[in-house]
Amino acid sequence: MTTAAVPLARSFRVERGTTTSRITALVGLALLVMFATLPAWGSGGTMKLLVEVFTLLAMAQMWNLLAGYAGLVSIGQQAFVGVGAYGLYLFMDLGDLSPVPAIAAMAVGATVIALLTSLFAFRLRGGYFAIGTWVIAEVFRLVVSQVGALGAGTGVTIQSLVAMAPPDRLALTYWLAIGVGFGSIVVAALVVRSRLGLALRAVRDSEVSAASLGVGVTATKRMVYVIASVGCAIAGAVYYLQLLRIQPTAAFGVDWTVVMIFIVVIGGLGRIEGPIVGAIVFFALQEVLADYGSAYLVALGLVTIAIVLLAPRGLWGLIVARRPMALFAVERRLAFTRAADPDPMEAS
Amino acid sequence: MTLLAVERVSSFYGDFQALFDVSISVDEGETIAIIGANGAGKSTLLRLIAGLLPTRGGEIRYDGQVVNRLPTHERVREGISLVPEGRRVFPSLSVDENLMIGAYRRRSGRWDLASVRALFPILADRGRRSAAVLSGGEQQALAIGRALMANPRLLLLDEVSLGLAPIVIAQLYAALPRIREGGTSVLLVEQNIDQALSAADRAYCLLEGRISLSGRPAGLSRAEVTRAYFGF
Amino acid sequence: MEWLNAIVQGLLLGGLYAMLATGLSLVFGVMRLVNLAHGDLGLLAAFVALVIVGTTGIGPFASLLIVVPLMMGLGYVLQRVILNRTMEGGVLSSVLVTFGLAVVLQNGLLTIFTADSRGLDVGSLETASLQITDRLIVGWLPLITLGTAVVILVALQLMLDRTQLGRALRAASDDGEAARIVGIDNRHLFGLAMAIALGTVAIGGVFLGIRTTFAPADGPALLIFAYEAVIIGGLGSLWGTLVGGIILGVSQTVGGQINPAYQILAGHLVFLAILLLRPEGLFPRPGVRQA
Repeated sequence: MTTAAVPLARSFRVERGTTTSRITALVGLALLVMFATLPAWGSGGTMKLLVEVFTLLAMAQMWNLLAGYAGLVSIGQQAFVGVGAYGLYLFMDLGDLSPVPAIAAMAVGATVIALLTSLFAFRLRGGYFAIGTWVIAEVFRLVVSQVGALGAGTGVTIQSLVAMAPPDRLALTYWLAIGVGFGSIVVAALVVRSRLGLALRAVRDSEVSAASLGVGVTATKRMVYVIASVGCAIAGAVYYLQLLRIQPTAAFGVDWTVVMIFIVVIGGLGRIEGPIVGAIVFFALQEVLADYGSAYLVALGLVTIAIVLLAPRGLWGLIVARRPMALFAVERRLAFTRAADPDPMEAS
Repeated sequence: MTLLAVERVSSFYGDFQALFDVSISVDEGETIAIIGANGAGKSTLLRLIAGLLPTRGGEIRYDGQVVNRLPTHERVREGISLVPEGRRVFPSLSVDENLMIGAYRRRSGRWDLASVRALFPILADRGRRSAAVLSGGEQQALAIGRALMANPRLLLLDEVSLGLAPIVIAQLYAALPRIREGGTSVLLVEQNIDQALSAADRAYCLLEGRISLSGRPAGLSRAEVTRAYFGF
Repeated sequence: MEWLNAIVQGLLLGGLYAMLATGLSLVFGVMRLVNLAHGDLGLLAAFVALVIVGTTGIGPFASLLIVVPLMMGLGYVLQRVILNRTMEGGVLSSVLVTFGLAVVLQNGLLTIFTADSRGLDVGSLETASLQITDRLIVGWLPLITLGTAVVILVALQLMLDRTQLGRALRAASDDGEAARIVGIDNRHLFGLAMAIALGTVAIGGVFLGIRTTFAPADGPALLIFAYEAVIIGGLGSLWGTLVGGIILGVSQTVGGQINPAYQILAGHLVFLAILLLRPEGLFPRPGVRQA
């Protein structure tokens, strides 16, 4: 056997941005401006719909972070929608705060609740984790249904907003919704491209290997769980800022998760672009089919099953299979900075 | 007549190629040994023949028929039984139950509970104990017995001697003649060269996924075997 | 004395929960599949019984003769056509597909039967009771329920212990690949396991429908009770599931004794406590992992 001289390491940079991602960022910025100015030229009905779209998109992004990246398939994120809703009520009506500080305060509370919840949830794995999160959401619902100050079984209405003029309320809610919607995409991208995201993917590929490299597996998962849950709570709060009427069965209902799952699955699990595509499809379907009530949900369920079995990477996955691309700069590349060193591995 | 003809098969684990155009054959009644170092692809080849791994390219012909696509459980019905690497006895089942489940897809033949117990008396002693509490050698005997219960025409033995003391290995190999007497052809995979070559009619050597040597043990010199085994 | 009464009622309720939980436990043991549609499938059985009773006029117990084979057939087909395909996809695939199935079932039932509460009528048996002591009265129906649960469990345990099918199920639960090696067709075996599971949950669903009113939205609750019974009792043990069901039942009835509104919540809290203090359950089979 022969040995060749091993070259010194070439200098390099770690790059993330690609042309596509920079274009996406510009397009995103343009869209943001367009949506932000909508109150000036769009209708109230459109704004109301968009509040729904952006808050559900945010919830879906958070669910995707949890299931698609951390491998934690939760059927109980509705617990945090309810936390967002009731937290909003608590801090606005009972705490006398205005919407944004109230949401901020709620977020702090939600963080604590998420940490405590994870103590129980993380003792379960796989399908049992899924049902466990559902049980926890049910516990939240049952407990809240007993608390008189929170309206018990009949629920509450956020009174302090009733006083505000409807157009102003709608505009405020709308801008918050845009913030939450775009924010969720940014947060998801930031998490995935951070060290946390790298750790997540290592854990998703192989927990044992990741642990042997020093990745704190449980801590990693817990951090993502908290981020995703608090994000979900904030989105829930904004949704109820528009709805105003909070009822425990609806606020903690599993239908939230049904929608989150549908949006993520049909759009594409494990990619940030996925929920965006999924949200567009979902709302398009809703426009067409909402009148059919329960039959509409049957259709959602069937489509979800079909996609998981036949096209597991969702619509975005089908698009990317034809034409590989990534809209968001989350991958790392090595960019070598010294020009053409002769490669000793190639025959000279 | 040729019972098993493996022709130019390749196998991959993801992107990693474990076997490169490997061809071997087993005639009815023969005992064939495949030797090779760790990672040479011996177990991969057996698993391929048993139907646990897909082939990419090439053919596996058993009793004249191409069986590439036949699922494992149907290969058992056709008479191919694998004694897997690591024994893989069922810990929730007792020794007797392990043997009984071996007859799940039973074919007619001389092997049943009584004859297998006669072959490996230790299994009769330990009949009702859980398979999990057996020693390595006992588990290996059980795994072989379990495979015999299906009355295979072709018995695949994967690394029978792994992790066992020499005296135990000798006892297990002492059972081979009785198995052969019944008409069963044997394809065995071993890292232990001496044991393998002394039991076999013909041998192949695998090196990094390719056949590096083949022939009758008597006709293979020590030097040839070492070269084929280690690659130099 | 009401406390003793509550405990006894809880014990009997545990029988119902055990019946509902057995299928979930078996399927997980053999295939490591957690079926999120399990509760809705049990409820489906109750609705099927309702239809049979309504059209033929036979009693709910007699309807079991049709409902159980029907549900078993459904289970086999479901497993082979849809659920077997989720095996390679891992947890994600099976959770999402079974969840989708649950959504389909629940809303399908809602569409067909509306949200109205229904009941299965067994006439006087509903309230017939046995006087044990001068202060302790036990209903015949709960007694029959517990008895049926025990019979089912004994039958299943005998099947697992004595038959070739049972050995195959235990073998597959130990080591799926080794099961293939001895000639077991896992696809078929999994189908049989699901058939058994749906058969037992169907019996549980019909008994539930007799005991109380039911509506399409009740599916998830059944899933949760079954699941809690399995976790409390410990994975991998049928008798553990009976114990788990009983503990859940007793927690609920005792909690309900404190305040009727706390009944379900009490069960959840006991479940969470066990989860915190002894996550593997009370009688786990060694070596069975959750995922």
